Amino acid sequence: MRNTPVQLHVITRIVAFIILAFSVFLFFAGHNNPGGGFIGGLMSASALVLLYLSFDLKTIKRVIPFNYAKVIASGLLLAILTGIVGMFFGFPFLTQFFDYFPLPILGETELTTALPFDLGIYLVVVGFTLLVILTVAEDDN
Amino acid sequence: MSTLHFVALAPFIMAIFVPFLYHKFRHIHTGWFILPIPLLLFIYLIQYLPLGGAAMETVERSVPWVPSLNIHFTVFLDGLSLLFALLITGIGTLVVLYSIYYIANKKEEPLNNFYVYLMMFMGAMLGVVLSDNLIVIYVFWELTSLASSLLIAYWFHKEKSRYGAQKSMLITVTGGFAMLAGFTLLYMMTGTFSIREIISYGDVIVSSPLFLPAMILILLGAFTKSAQFPFHIWLPDAMEAPTPVSAYLHSATMVKAGIYLVARFTPVFGGQPEWFWIITSFGLFTLLWGSVSAVRQKDLKGILAFSTISQLGLIMSLLGLGSAAFHYEVVDGQSLYTVAVLAAVLHLINHATFKGSLFMVVGIIDHETGTRDIRKLGGLMTIMPITFTISLIGVASMAGLPPFNGFLSKEMFFTGTLNSATLDVFNVQTIGFIFPIVAWIASIFTFVYCMIMLFRTFTGNHQPEKLEKEAHEAPMGMLISPIVLASLVIVFGFFPNLLAYTIIAPTMQSILPGLLEPGEQFYVNVYHWHGLNTELFMTMGVVFFGAMIFLNARKWQETAFYLKERDPLNWFYDNGLVGLIKGSTAVNNVQMTGKLRDYFSFMFIFLVVVTGYMLWQRDAIAIDFANTAEISPYMYLISLSLILSTLVVPFLSKRISAIIVVGVIGFLVALLFVVFRAPDLALTQLLVETVMVVLFLLVFYHLPELRKESFKPAFKISNLIISIGVGLVVTLTALSAHAFSAANPISPISDYFVENAYALAGGNNIVNVILVDFRGLDTLLEVLVLGIVGLAVVVLIKFKSQKGEDV
Repeated sequence: MRNTPVQLHVITRIVAFIILAFSVFLFFAGHNNPGGGFIGGLMSASALVLLYLSFDLKTIKRVIPFNYAKVIASGLLLAILTGIVGMFFGFPFLTQFFDYFPLPILGETELTTALPFDLGIYLVVVGFTLLVILTVAEDDN
Repeated sequence: MSTLHFVALAPFIMAIFVPFLYHKFRHIHTGWFILPIPLLLFIYLIQYLPLGGAAMETVERSVPWVPSLNIHFTVFLDGLSLLFALLITGIGTLVVLYSIYYIANKKEEPLNNFYVYLMMFMGAMLGVVLSDNLIVIYVFWELTSLASSLLIAYWFHKEKSRYGAQKSMLITVTGGFAMLAGFTLLYMMTGTFSIREIISYGDVIVSSPLFLPAMILILLGAFTKSAQFPFHIWLPDAMEAPTPVSAYLHSATMVKAGIYLVARFTPVFGGQPEWFWIITSFGLFTLLWGSVSAVRQKDLKGILAFSTISQLGLIMSLLGLGSAAFHYEVVDGQSLYTVAVLAAVLHLINHATFKGSLFMVVGIIDHETGTRDIRKLGGLMTIMPITFTISLIGVASMAGLPPFNGFLSKEMFFTGTLNSATLDVFNVQTIGFIFPIVAWIASIFTFVYCMIMLFRTFTGNHQPEKLEKEAHEAPMGMLISPIVLASLVIVFGFFPNLLAYTIIAPTMQSILPGLLEPGEQFYVNVYHWHGLNTELFMTMGVVFFGAMIFLNARKWQETAFYLKERDPLNWFYDNGLVGLIKGSTAVNNVQMTGKLRDYFSFMFIFLVVVTGYMLWQRDAIAIDFANTAEISPYMYLISLSLILSTLVVPFLSKRISAIIVVGVIGFLVALLFVVFRAPDLALTQLLVETVMVVLFLLVFYHLPELRKESFKPAFKISNLIISIGVGLVVTLTALSAHAFSAANPISPISDYFVENAYALAGGNNIVNVILVDFRGLDTLLEVLVLGIVGLAVVVLIKFKSQKGEDV
């Protein structure tokens, strides 16, 4: 007997996107409002966990074909590279820079090197959470 | 580096080449390559002997080793070190020659090991006697212990050899460590490691409170090495070594290292009553104990071992008695107590000659008959005439009979003890009369074991059926060394003054410095006939009573005393060792239970006790609610729910409810963060708690079937007490810290962040700015931790090692 939880599936599809959008907002808002890479990462991860909970593992793996170990690695690499770039110009490791640029559409916008650093953290957190949960869940023995 | 340095280093250098020579020239006995080394060193050292009545000139050469720590490899040659160096190289030469014939089977015996160890030992021993620096002496001292253990366990496939090596190692190294501690105390008192400089600080040392500890620690080193009571038990068990080793180490050189140390430190400590009494009493008791125990032995080497112990006690007691000489005026180069030192030096030389030859003779008997048991031997006089002659000379000298050199030192020993009995320092007059009596009784027993050794081996019936080999005379090469030593016994016996001013007087000069006017020499005149004095009558008594005891051997040889061969003190050593292992195992079993729960208890008890004690002892408990902020009602509400849900956790009987309640606690904490205006923390806490609950449930789902039954934590009163204690201590610490920080306010660094977050980092969210900008490194490493944990989870779950596979 197979019960397809239609309600759950439908709601999940909508909610997951709202959560993901909110996590992106939290991520970008981080520098001036509550949020940031860590919270954004956890939020995205919980959206994905929700997907995994309502659909079965194989389906989601087909739709989101990520190797989360690689996600962690690229996140770490990004964070470290952000720190190293400053060193080429004679600054200490992990010196952050920021300035204001007039951009099309967005107008006067603040761009900071803290953003790619935060993105690295974001990737590690997402990768870590899903890697752990999926590994434990897939362990059949 | 001078030539004198190479005297000590040459054997070590030779030791490096021994294995090459052994493998390259298989057909030549390796010993022949070794032989020139001690011989050359001996010839080189001889030229330092003063001839023609001149005073000995001391030589000093120094090479910095660790100059920053005051450690220099200083070689100092005076009478005492020259005497020992000559003994070591001279007897070393003879022993190497003897060993060439003794370990003749060069196909089966690992000769390279033997000669490497022997060279190591010889170099270390020369280093001990030639060095002036305490640390260098200690280094060489431990090297002699090491080399000696290696030599004792030369036949390491025998269990008894390993036992003997371990025992000698444990005892001598214990003493060596004590000695190092004593040297360190001397350094603390004087600020120098050089013995000659330390001697010049005599007054400082004597008045220091560290005087007695330093002295006792150094004496521990000397007594363990020189097999003084009660540390003598290793020497009989060291007789499992090859006989050349016993002859060299356990009669002539290593066991005399302790004597050397005592003689060397006499100028530092001598003249003090503690030094006098400790050395004299231990020496005399060892003398008596050794000679009485030797009578009970059935193994020839056992007799010789206890005999060595006894003779070392004799020399030691003479050095002790002689140390009183510092209190007396020296007239005409002698006083009542310099005689004791003279006797000590003389007997040191004599003992090396006759004991060396006796060991070699016993080795020959063992080699040619296959046994050393006196119950199996007998009637060898006609079969091995040369061996018999050498034995006769050695044994007669050991027993103290004229005209051999043992007689001279025995007479002087009696003179020394008789002189001491009438001393008027250190309260000797109270029990001083006991010195000559002990000496006399010990001499009687010495006479007895000498007779047993000689007559049981060489007279009586020959019993070829009990022997493993057909007995015959030894090859000539094996006999050369004992013949040389036996000749020396006779030569020194007839011409004792041959040595008087060449070596004995300079040695006395270095043991008792400062007693003579410059240019004066100690008066040494040793001769056989002193007239009809007390000493001569004592010797007659020794011969008479000794012969009586020996002739009535049948009566006392049936008694339990005689049948028990092993020294009773071994009981303490063996049981001590077993007890140590048992005790440490028991202690280990008490604390290392293998249960994580117990280890947690230990850690928490430690935390409670140490923190609690420090709080109480430093009077650091302070509770002050004056500066606290006002608490709003909803904070009370949250805190109350938090406390309640926490208290519920231990009483839950199902895992799943525990997980849920823990989740509740997490969300309440998030709520607290909201109340305390920490939005980032609250968000993170909420999300982490959610993910954690998912994980907990996943893990719970995967728990193995067996453990799936409902979970009820066992109640233990001790756990309750410990947890309450931890809670109390932590709460007290927090409250006190708060009270003290309110009393001594420090402006927090957060003000800087608040002011500069926007100007310097372009962000309004201070928490985030701190995380990614001000303290970005912490964040980087934290996500690194996350990455590592993730990979670890993958490795743990996906890569299970197979059974028996090495991880």
